Amino acid sequence: MLSHLRRWVLGPLVTLVAASFVLYTAVWLQPGNPLTLILGTRASPAQYRYMAHKLGLDRPMPVRYWDWLTNALHGNFGTSLVYKQSVTSLIGPRIVTTFLLVGYASVIILVIGVALGIIGGMSPRAAPVIAGLNGLGVAIPGFVAAEMLTAVFAVKLGWFPVLGTGQGLAGRLQHLTLPAFALAIASIAYVSQITRAAVSTEEQSPHVETARGRGLSGPRILRRHVLRNAAMPILTVSALTMASLLAGTLVVEYAFGLGGIGSLLDQSVQDKDSNVVLAIGLILVLVFVITTTALDFLQYLTDPRLRLRATAKWH
Amino acid sequence: MALTARLPRAPALLRAEEPLVKADMVAVAAGCICIALLTVAIFAPLIAPYQPDTINAAAINQGPSAAHLLGTDSLGRDVLSRALYGARLSLLGPALVTILSTTFGTAIAIAGTWVGGAFDRLAARFMDILFAFPGLLFAVLAVVAFGAGLIAPVIALSVAYTPYIARVIRAAAVHERQLPYLETCQLLGYSSWRTAVYHLVRNVRLLIVAQATLAFGYSLLDLAGLSFIGLGVQPPSAEWGLMVSEGDSALLNGYPYESLAAGAAIVITVVAFNVLGERLTARSQSRQ
Repeated sequence: MLSHLRRWVLGPLVTLVAASFVLYTAVWLQPGNPLTLILGTRASPAQYRYMAHKLGLDRPMPVRYWDWLTNALHGNFGTSLVYKQSVTSLIGPRIVTTFLLVGYASVIILVIGVALGIIGGMSPRAAPVIAGLNGLGVAIPGFVAAEMLTAVFAVKLGWFPVLGTGQGLAGRLQHLTLPAFALAIASIAYVSQITRAAVSTEEQSPHVETARGRGLSGPRILRRHVLRNAAMPILTVSALTMASLLAGTLVVEYAFGLGGIGSLLDQSVQDKDSNVVLAIGLILVLVFVITTTALDFLQYLTDPRLRLRATAKWH
Repeated sequence: MALTARLPRAPALLRAEEPLVKADMVAVAAGCICIALLTVAIFAPLIAPYQPDTINAAAINQGPSAAHLLGTDSLGRDVLSRALYGARLSLLGPALVTILSTTFGTAIAIAGTWVGGAFDRLAARFMDILFAFPGLLFAVLAVVAFGAGLIAPVIALSVAYTPYIARVIRAAAVHERQLPYLETCQLLGYSSWRTAVYHLVRNVRLLIVAQATLAFGYSLLDLAGLSFIGLGVQPPSAEWGLMVSEGDSALLNGYPYESLAAGAAIVITVVAFNVLGERLTARSQSRQ
């Protein structure tokens, strides 16, 4: 019990606190005075001191970190220096766009990635083609995919809008289609690779041979015997991939001019808008840690033999 | 004649060496592309038809022609020359990340298996914290702390990639640790340093090279992505990620050549390094 608590509660918590400290340190190291942004360059030293005291910038770093962390735990991320509004109200509407984008991309990844993987795993003739496509796909970064999809489907064919977020659910989905595919391409290839390997391993296993010997139909063997056993590695990899998609939105939202938290993070880094950087950074890390922990827990529940820990992959 | 014909084939155990000798054509091709890319990067001034930063107001956003094989960009600069020169910065960053992360990762993995105990546990905890950061976010944080450019993201990615390399090398090192040759080394009275560095590292060297090759491809993707969103290499430098971004406005007007050329350069490079890395990993694992 104690070791379980350590593995799924305490361990991730310690990781999160340490990660939040790394986040805060990076922002604290940032050169330049944030007060110049508020006061301009013509304010007197006394005004600077007053403002620094008012915002608590004159206190030692660990104290400021602790204040920030406790406030953040209460959902208060402070005020944006650039937009002059609370970070929470700034992120609120944008996070919907980002989650919609990530959700859309996840559906694409699961449907196309698993389908391609199954075809590659079942048919020896299709296998080398799919393997080649996978090898190419994992090497296509989101921003290259974004430019290529724009060139073909938005500029040449005019099927989709070039930029923006769109109105209403249908409009939003139409605006998000190209970004979602751009975000998904590398992950489709990765999920398809893992699926192909898992399916072809199961295909050759004795229990599938037996099922075939019993005269069961192909689709039934696939559903009841192959996919059931191949499901775990496929789901593991898919979930890890989806967790890393959130970081990928940083590039894809920029490419399509989407107003989500990815492009907001990029803009805030350039504007040195610390509170926004901290909040979005924390969200990204939080989602990442929660996903990997939940996955680890689920694996343990469904298959106690699996003592392997779920950790992130490269991308 | 008849005698040799009747000789039995070598037993399976001896023939197991065969696939190691046979050349893997795909890996050789990938390796050749990698070497060609590095050559282009080094000899860019000799190969490129123009200077990468020569602005020509009379030839803006042109399509491919005899004078400019890949056309010109929004400032009239030759796209082919910029792509060739771009190989320098685009490959320098990943090369540095690869060297640093492979060195740290291997050192931590070998030291962890050798010393064990508290050091190993501390290293594992440290890795867990790093695993919580997507590599790209870690690089963005470094840009926050130390400013945009090549140096900060390179150092950040080196740190971010270290645990991935350490994890693989550590697994191999733990396996090697039980093998008799290391015990023999110790019985022969070799120092721990000599045994660990000279014998252990030497036996997992193929895996180390394989992991380094994979790290090169992945870090290229991250660094190019950072340049694309304006946090990496800054204009007017020639770099592939930056070129994809700079070609964006021309692309919307129907001239996708700059983005296409730079994007293709990125994809080809990453495919070549990935394929080579995966073949090397497979080969080093079949050896064990």
